[in-house]
Amino acid sequence: MADVIVTSGLRKSFGPTIALDGLDLTVREGEIHGFLGPNGAGKSTTIRILLGLLRADGGTATLLGGDPWRDATELHRRVAYVPGDVVLWPNLTGGEVIDLLARLRGGIDETRRADLLEAFELDPTKKGRSYSKGNRQKVALVAALASDAPLLVLDEPTAGLDPLMENIFQRELARVRDQGRTVLLSSHMLSEVEKACDRVSIVRTGVIVDSGSLDELRHLTRTTVRATVSRPLAVTELASWPGVHDPRATDGEVHFAVDAAEIGPAIARLDGAGITGLTVQPPTLEELFLERYHDEAHEAPVPSEA
Amino acid sequence: MSASTAVHSGPLVRSELTGTLALLRLAWRRDRILIPASALGLTVLSVGSAKATLDLYPTASAVEAGVAELFSNPAVTALYGPVAAMTPDALAVIKTVMLGAVGLGILAYAVVRRHTRTEEEEGRFELLGSGSVGRWAPLTAAILLSTLTVVGISLLSTIGLAGIGMDPVGSLALGVAWMVSGLFMVGVTAVAAQLTTTARGCAGISFGVLAAAYILRAMGDAATTDAGRALSWVSPLGWSIKVSAYGANRSWLLLPAAALAAALVAVAFALLERRDLGAGLLAGRPGTPRAGRLLGSPAGLSWRLNRPSVIGWTVLAVVLAGVLGNLVSSISALTTNPAVARMLQSLGGSAGTLEDIFFSTELRFAAAAATAAGISAALRMAAEERATHAEVLLAGPTSRRRFYVSHATAALLLPLWVMVLVGAVAGLVGHRLDASAPGVGALVAASLATLPAVWLIIALTLLLFGLAGRWAPFGWGLLAVAFLLGEFGALMNLPQWLIDVSPYVHVSQLPGGSFAATPSLVMTFLALLAALAGALAFRRRDVG
Repeated sequence: MADVIVTSGLRKSFGPTIALDGLDLTVREGEIHGFLGPNGAGKSTTIRILLGLLRADGGTATLLGGDPWRDATELHRRVAYVPGDVVLWPNLTGGEVIDLLARLRGGIDETRRADLLEAFELDPTKKGRSYSKGNRQKVALVAALASDAPLLVLDEPTAGLDPLMENIFQRELARVRDQGRTVLLSSHMLSEVEKACDRVSIVRTGVIVDSGSLDELRHLTRTTVRATVSRPLAVTELASWPGVHDPRATDGEVHFAVDAAEIGPAIARLDGAGITGLTVQPPTLEELFLERYHDEAHEAPVPSEA
Repeated sequence: MSASTAVHSGPLVRSELTGTLALLRLAWRRDRILIPASALGLTVLSVGSAKATLDLYPTASAVEAGVAELFSNPAVTALYGPVAAMTPDALAVIKTVMLGAVGLGILAYAVVRRHTRTEEEEGRFELLGSGSVGRWAPLTAAILLSTLTVVGISLLSTIGLAGIGMDPVGSLALGVAWMVSGLFMVGVTAVAAQLTTTARGCAGISFGVLAAAYILRAMGDAATTDAGRALSWVSPLGWSIKVSAYGANRSWLLLPAAALAAALVAVAFALLERRDLGAGLLAGRPGTPRAGRLLGSPAGLSWRLNRPSVIGWTVLAVVLAGVLGNLVSSISALTTNPAVARMLQSLGGSAGTLEDIFFSTELRFAAAAATAAGISAALRMAAEERATHAEVLLAGPTSRRRFYVSHATAALLLPLWVMVLVGAVAGLVGHRLDASAPGVGALVAASLATLPAVWLIIALTLLLFGLAGRWAPFGWGLLAVAFLLGEFGALMNLPQWLIDVSPYVHVSQLPGGSFAATPSLVMTFLALLAALAGALAFRRRDVG
């Protein structure tokens, strides 16, 4: 079994609001899969359907080879989940919650529990109500990471963590990958996904608009080129080169974006002007992301209601 | 630096109150169903039952010949307070004074808590507090809204009662009797909201004080000695009775009541000044780093979450039952009057001694309280879902059935525990004071006999939860309707089929009467069916 999560044509509406509009998502075994999209795109709805909390209106979903609604309890023994907004029982301590969640799943690795508590600098004696948002998040993360579930579903897990703790999280995530476990990591924080994920699916208004490895996605997008040249180039000239966008030029400095297929010719032309300094930057996920949404928003306007 | 203090105090107070009006509007917007619906319910209760009673007993002689004696017996006096006078008007509101005072007290508590501690606990204050909202504004807005509610609803009944031709001065006194208790609870809840860090803790303190006030009044009103009677003066709910609507009409009692409420509010503000946002005066302590042995299953979690309320209900049941048992001694004084005994028996429709009838009446009330305990445990499940705790559990290997069963079991067992306690303690205390009173065995059996009705209402609440989490709180409505139909149905001359809708009507008249097997079995079966249907419905719906 190579695919841990498969959904096809997944639909869900809440009254008149359409949350998912035919969502196709595939997560392969052993990968860290980034599930990327802005707020309200349908990430949490998808996850809640995969966890059997919501029932899909249409389409199919398979989780670890089972039906997430029908086989929920069986499947959940093999899933650890960190919700986007962790709300703890106000009168239970963090330590109690970690133990409770672990025991419900059937036990806990004591050394890993202790290690994680130390790594995340979490005080397990505080009551749920007195934790900050980040610390509540840590409680859920420790419970999930200390489990030996083969699939981890993390819904915006670092939303409340400070940068230091984000690093710790990335380190633990790498460890999870080394163990061969699968992770579905939903996020709107691009840097996080870029650092950790093998493959990414981008969701917008309830459909996946793009899916693939970061390299694959980058092929579709533009590379940023910054160069200093000995012969000044005019903006108009730059703009006439095929595949070049947003050219800027000041004195001997030029700056433009170029389609992946046109990088070679563009560099060759630059060379004709005498390159003295050159930076070529592959697109960050951020640019990729903005571009997706920019294009979608402009080229595919929401169809007006009849 | 007294000069600078003087310069600061003016604008400071004003800035502490900034935004009060905006918050008041917000609170009213959120309570726009709760308050008008309660106003309507309480007005219909007072005016409707008064109208029906007046139609039945239009003249003073009819009252004398009728049920005046019935209502001056200690069992009823303990529950509702003594009749103010032997007049049709006074008789017409005999049950309304106390039930309305308690009802309005609970409403006042609910309004104050909703807009203070609950808001703070859920973190919504933080959102508001960072805007231009003064530190005192939320509490001030809550107190204003609840006070307006109390005064408004009381005056509505005054107008309604005067409108059907009852004595206007007495009608005003009835309104005052309600205000006394409502204002008292505004103050109590305002203080309680500052003491604890949780809405549940606030509820515990407020209801504890209300219950204590009720118990003191009941003991005082049923007492046979002057010293005993003085107890009702200690309780603000006793003042509601002492107002003596349509009797002595002591409306001036509103003054000390308002003064007491003002003092409590002042204490609340003083406490507010001394604490941080989100904190209470009773500080939280660090807890255990590891979970105890029990906390490892849905049932263990349910026990852990319900533990404080189990303790609270246990204390309440023991105290109330002890008081009930104590009252038996004043009942036995009445057995010398055979006319009263005959009348009570014919009205109650059951055989048995006066003591039996006393206990079967009081157990009906205990059953309603036990139902409330069960409903609040059932609503815990809805709260778990709303707070997304259910999501965390159900995303793990906890099935929906186990989650449901863990909470449903608590909701059904808690009233069993409460009723057994009530029967045992009341029997123990009563039988020691009066050998002719029913003993532990008889009273425990009688307490258990109320459970089918109790379970039916709780199971319907569970079914509501199963259908949709947000419907579960309507369980309180079921309880209110069932209880009021049982208590007021006959008094308001409602058709029998409507009265029969209430499960409480079908509870066996015990001790003294015979066990009605068929209705008990039918109600138990229906309860089981509703609880099962709730489980099935919950498995089919979306969570969260």
